[in-house]
Amino acid sequence: MSETIKQFLYLNRKAPYGTIYAWESLEVVLIGAAFDQDVSLAFMDDGVYQLTKGQDTTGLGMKNFSPTYAALGDYEVKKIFVEKESLDERGLTLDDLQHLVWEDEDDDWAEKDSIKLVSREEMTAIMDGADVVFSF
Amino acid sequence: MKFAIQINEGPYQHQASDSAYFFTKAALEKGHEVFRVFFYHDGVNNASRLTTPPQDDRNIVARWAELAEQHDLDMVVCVAAAQRRGMVDEGEMQRNGKDATNIHPRFRISGLGQLVEAAIQSDRLVVFGD
Repeated sequence: MSETIKQFLYLNRKAPYGTIYAWESLEVVLIGAAFDQDVSLAFMDDGVYQLTKGQDTTGLGMKNFSPTYAALGDYEVKKIFVEKESLDERGLTLDDLQHLVWEDEDDDWAEKDSIKLVSREEMTAIMDGADVVFSF
Repeated sequence: MKFAIQINEGPYQHQASDSAYFFTKAALEKGHEVFRVFFYHDGVNNASRLTTPPQDDRNIVARWAELAEQHDLDMVVCVAAAQRRGMVDEGEMQRNGKDATNIHPRFRISGLGQLVEAAIQSDRLVVFGD
C-alpha cells in the first residue's frame, strides 16, 4: 500500500476494560497491519494488564477481547515489549501474561516468543527509536 | 514540516481538543502543513454539528470547522469509533437504518486506515489525549 516503511510503536498504558483505549488501540493495530510497516507494541503502566491470561469479563457484561492478542502473530506483529518495572509494581510476572508467539517462515515455521521483557530504561530507547508513536 | 494530528478526547470534557486546535492553528500560521486531523475514541464527538455551548464559551466544533475552511484541512472521524458513539453522516444513516445525521459538513467519516496513512505520510504524528 505504501513504499515508505516506518517504525511504528503502539504504546499501551491503560487497563483493558475501565476505558475503551485498549480495545480501540488493538483495532488500529489490526487495521494498520495491512500497511506493511515495521510494527512494535509496548505495554507499560496499567497497560500490562491487557496481556494477562485468564481474563473473564462475564461479570462486566463486556466483550472479552483478550484472545485477539494471540492472533497478533498472524498479523506479522512479532515485537511486543513489556516493561518489567510495570509488572513488578503490580506484583505480576511474565507467567501471568499470555504466551504470545509468531511463526518464523525462515525457520520452518518455528514458533517464537513475541513478548520481550524490557527495563524502563530500555523502553525509553525503544520509544526514542520509533518514527511514529501511537499513544493509547 | 508535515504534521498529522490525532485527537482522542471529546470536547469540553477534556482539554485535548482545545490543545490540538491551538497547535494545529499555530502550525498552519507558521507555514507548516497539516496532512490530516484524525478524531478517535471520544474525539469523534468533536464533529457534532448539534453541539450548543453557552454563548460566553468557545464553540469547539465551529472553531475546527472555520480553521478547516480557511486552510482546506482534512478532518476525519473514525467510522468504528463514530458508530459506537452515534456520530452519523448521510452514508452511515442509510447503511445502518438511522433516522438522523449529526455530523458537521466540514468533517468526514472514514476508516482507521486514514490514521495509519497520515502517520506514514507525515513527518510527525502528534497525539492529543491522556
